[in-house]
Amino acid sequence: MWRVGTVVAFHNETATARTITLKVPDWPGHIAGQHVDVRLTASDGYSAVRSYSIASAPNSEGRVELTVERLPNGEVSPYLTQEVAVSDRLELRGPIGGWFVWRTQQTEPIQLIAGGSGIVPLMAMIRSRISAGGTAPLRLLYSVREPEAVFYRDELQALSNKDNPVTVTYAYTRAIPKDWPRPPGRIDAALIANATWPSNVGPTCYVCGPTSFVETAAGFLAGLGNSPDKIRTERFGPTGDRK
Amino acid sequence: MSSTAYDYVDGNAAAGELSRIFATDVTAAEGQCAHCGAIKRFAEAHLYMQGPGIVARCAVCENVLLRLAKVRQRVSLDMRGITYLKLDTSQSLESSG
Repeated sequence: MWRVGTVVAFHNETATARTITLKVPDWPGHIAGQHVDVRLTASDGYSAVRSYSIASAPNSEGRVELTVERLPNGEVSPYLTQEVAVSDRLELRGPIGGWFVWRTQQTEPIQLIAGGSGIVPLMAMIRSRISAGGTAPLRLLYSVREPEAVFYRDELQALSNKDNPVTVTYAYTRAIPKDWPRPPGRIDAALIANATWPSNVGPTCYVCGPTSFVETAAGFLAGLGNSPDKIRTERFGPTGDRK
Repeated sequence: MSSTAYDYVDGNAAAGELSRIFATDVTAAEGQCAHCGAIKRFAEAHLYMQGPGIVARCAVCENVLLRLAKVRQRVSLDMRGITYLKLDTSQSLESSG
């Protein structure tokens, strides 16, 4: 069933990514980690559907935030990141997915590992954890190309500065800030071992990003003794294009 | 590695298409591979979406679990690769949250 959401706000996260806030009048509520399918239909009837993760925490106002990364040659993302305007209407199907989710009743430690725009559903989990209170401690390992490519930068900064149960570790793959201790590079076993919960505290791990990144990170987590049924993954595919 | 080695996504990504057919979220359901007997969540399957339909393969043995093809308003669904599914009907799609 398709619902219609109205764009009420948007802002750019980076040079290529935009967060769009929608109001959806009949929204049934969502769980952190779920996604929606967005359908755009051209005047000749041609339509394209893409999946986007929900970035906002569950709320009772029918507010749904999506963060969309613009892909070269994309059919949908250029419109959503460059042309969409306040009061535009978008067709949505969702919320969708009952596996890659964090529920507020969960009390075990949370391990989040994001590759690039894989941060989006994990941000919903962080926001859900903060807004719901509770006791689950949370660690985020965020692998990203360079500091300018970080989504939600100020919010993550504030969360890791304050007396919060959130620990954020950045791993830059191409360019690092001045005096950064780790040279640019892909995640490796040592980084995963240092930045994630020890497996004996029984974290539930959520890994989201391009397929090869998820393969690598999930493999390291399993190698450190995390049980495969405690490692939940969401792969975007080879290019990050979520078809 | 070949360029096609990572052309799949997770079974999660089929949730939208499957929600057109099933009233309960199939991706969170536990299912058994008819070929190797592995028991996993459908969300853990390897999903190939490049073609005109969707093919889900077992994450353990890569045998086909499910094929879904759409031609205009008609949907064909082949689930012979799944012995059974255990669905949690308390988490219906319209009442989540």
